[in-house]
Amino acid sequence: MLNIANIRAQFPALDQEVHGHPLVYLDNGATTQKPQVVIDAIQQYYAEQNSNIHRGVHYLSQLATDAYEASRTCIQKHLNAKHTYEIIFTRGITEAINLVAHGFRSLLNIGDEVIISAIEHHSNIVPWQMACDATGAKLQIIPMDENGALKMDAFHALLSEKTKMVAINHISNALGTINPIKEMIDAAHRVGAAILIDGAQAGPHLSIDVQELDADFYCISGHKMYGPTGIGALYGKEVWLNKIPPYQGGGEMIATVSFEKTTYADLPHKFEAGTPNIAGGVAFKAAIDWLNETGLENIAQYESKLLQYATEKLSEIHDFRLIGNAPQKAGVISFLINELHPYDIGMILDKLGIAVRTGHHCAQPVMDALCIPGTVRASLAIYNTKNDIDRLVEGVKKAKAMLS
Amino acid sequence: MASIQDIQNDIIEEFDMFEDWMEKYEHIIELGKTIPLIDAQYKTEEHIIKGCQSQVWLHADFQNGNVIYTADSDAIMTKGIIALLVRTFSNQQPNNIVNANTNFIDQIGLKEQLSPTRANGLLSMVKQMKLYALAFQSKNTNAC
Repeated sequence: MLNIANIRAQFPALDQEVHGHPLVYLDNGATTQKPQVVIDAIQQYYAEQNSNIHRGVHYLSQLATDAYEASRTCIQKHLNAKHTYEIIFTRGITEAINLVAHGFRSLLNIGDEVIISAIEHHSNIVPWQMACDATGAKLQIIPMDENGALKMDAFHALLSEKTKMVAINHISNALGTINPIKEMIDAAHRVGAAILIDGAQAGPHLSIDVQELDADFYCISGHKMYGPTGIGALYGKEVWLNKIPPYQGGGEMIATVSFEKTTYADLPHKFEAGTPNIAGGVAFKAAIDWLNETGLENIAQYESKLLQYATEKLSEIHDFRLIGNAPQKAGVISFLINELHPYDIGMILDKLGIAVRTGHHCAQPVMDALCIPGTVRASLAIYNTKNDIDRLVEGVKKAKAMLS
Repeated sequence: MASIQDIQNDIIEEFDMFEDWMEKYEHIIELGKTIPLIDAQYKTEEHIIKGCQSQVWLHADFQNGNVIYTADSDAIMTKGIIALLVRTFSNQQPNNIVNANTNFIDQIGLKEQLSPTRANGLLSMVKQMKLYALAFQSKNTNAC
C-alpha cells in the first residue's frame, strides 16, 4: 500500500494556495510536478559537477560525463533495452519523433505508406506529414470508434507491403485510451514495417519492456515522468538506428571532420549533436529512480482506482459527458458538461484553485471526429487523492451553476 | 452618443461594485447575453479572430460615419468580454476607435484574471476591432 500523504509531501509545488484555495493539480498529462529528489539532483549537478561532457580530460568533466551516462544506463534498464547505445537523449518526445521521421525520409519512396492513428498528438502527426510531403509517401490514418478506441480491423486492413512505418501512441493524451500496442507491433512486423511508439502518457503509468514488446522505436519524456523539462529519450533498435542518417550536424556527433568529408560517430553520439541538457539528463535518472522506488505496479494500481472513483463521481453530475470511454484507459478523464464550452469551465475551475487542461490537447483531429470544440481534461498522477477529485466535482458543479 | 472614454469610465465604475471574482464573472456571463450578434452569413472562417482558444467571430459595418460591430463566440465568458468591447467601440467614429486606449481592461481586472492565452485573445480582439476602424477610416478619407 502506498502512503499518498508521504508521497505528496515530497512535491513542494503541491503545497501552495492558488486564488486563495489549496492547489488541486490535475494537469499531469501536460506535465507532472517534481519531487524534491529531482529538484535536488538539478541543484546538485550545477553546484558540484557542472562541466561539459565527453570531451574534457579534467576531473569535473569526468564527473559530469559519468553522471550523464549513468542516466542513459538507467533508462536502458528501465525500458529493458538490449544496449545502452540504443538510448538517444532528446529534448523530449517531439524531438525524438522528428529525429526518426526525418531519418525515414531517406528510406521512404513514392508509393510507400506511413500509418498513424486518429488519436495522435500533433507531434506524432506533423513530422510524418512533413516526411510524406518530402518523399511522396502517403499518410494513412487508423480510425477510432465512438469510445475513442482504435478500430483494429481497419488497422489490419491498412497494413500492406507498402507500409514502411507505423507510428502510434501507447496511451492517448486526449482520451486516455490504452492502445493494444503488442498486437500492433506484431502486425506491423508481419508486413516488414517499422513501428514507433509514443510513450508520453505511458511513461509515468506503466512499466515498459521494449524487448518483450519488440518495438523498433519507443519515446519517453522526462517532464511527464516527474523529471525535468527539456529532456527525453528515444529508444531505437540498433539495426534501425544504423539505417537512418543523423538528424542534426555539429559537435559530438562526428568521428572526423574535414571540408571534404565528415564521418559520423557511433551510436548513440551520431544523434546527439551539440552540448545536451546535462542537468536534465542527470535529474531524469533521479526521476526514474524515484518512480521505480515507488513502484510502477503500485502506481498503476492506485491511479486506476482513482480514475474509477473520478469517473463515477463526475458521472453523477447531470449532463456530464465522458469523452473517451475505451475499455482500456489510463490516467485521463476528458469530459464536457452538456453544451458548455470547456474553456468557460476551465476558467472557473482555475479561480477555485483547480488546474485542468481545456481545449483540443494538441489532438485537433480527435475533436473534429467527435464534432466537439475540445474537452475539459483532468489527468492524474500518483500524488492525487480522492479529496482532489471531490474538489473537482464541486468545482464543476459550481461552474455548471454559474454558466447555465 | 457618449465618448469612448465616458463608456470606459462607466464600465470601470460598474466593475468597482463587485466584491469578488464570482460576482464579476457572473456579470460577464450576463453581458454575454446582450452581445449584438453577428449575422449568420458572416460567421465564416475569415471572420474568426486568431489567438483565442475559443472561437470568436467579429464583423464591422460602416453607417453614417460610425463603425457598428457585431460578434459571437462559442464560449460564454469570451462573449461577455467581447460585449464589453463592442459596447465601448460600436457607434463611434473610426479615428476615435483607432486612437482609443484600452486601459480599462486592466482597470477592471480582466487582463490579470484571464490566462495568458486568453489575455492574448483579448488583445487580438481589440487589434481586429481597430483594424476594421482603420480600414473604414482610410476608405472614408479616399472617398473625400
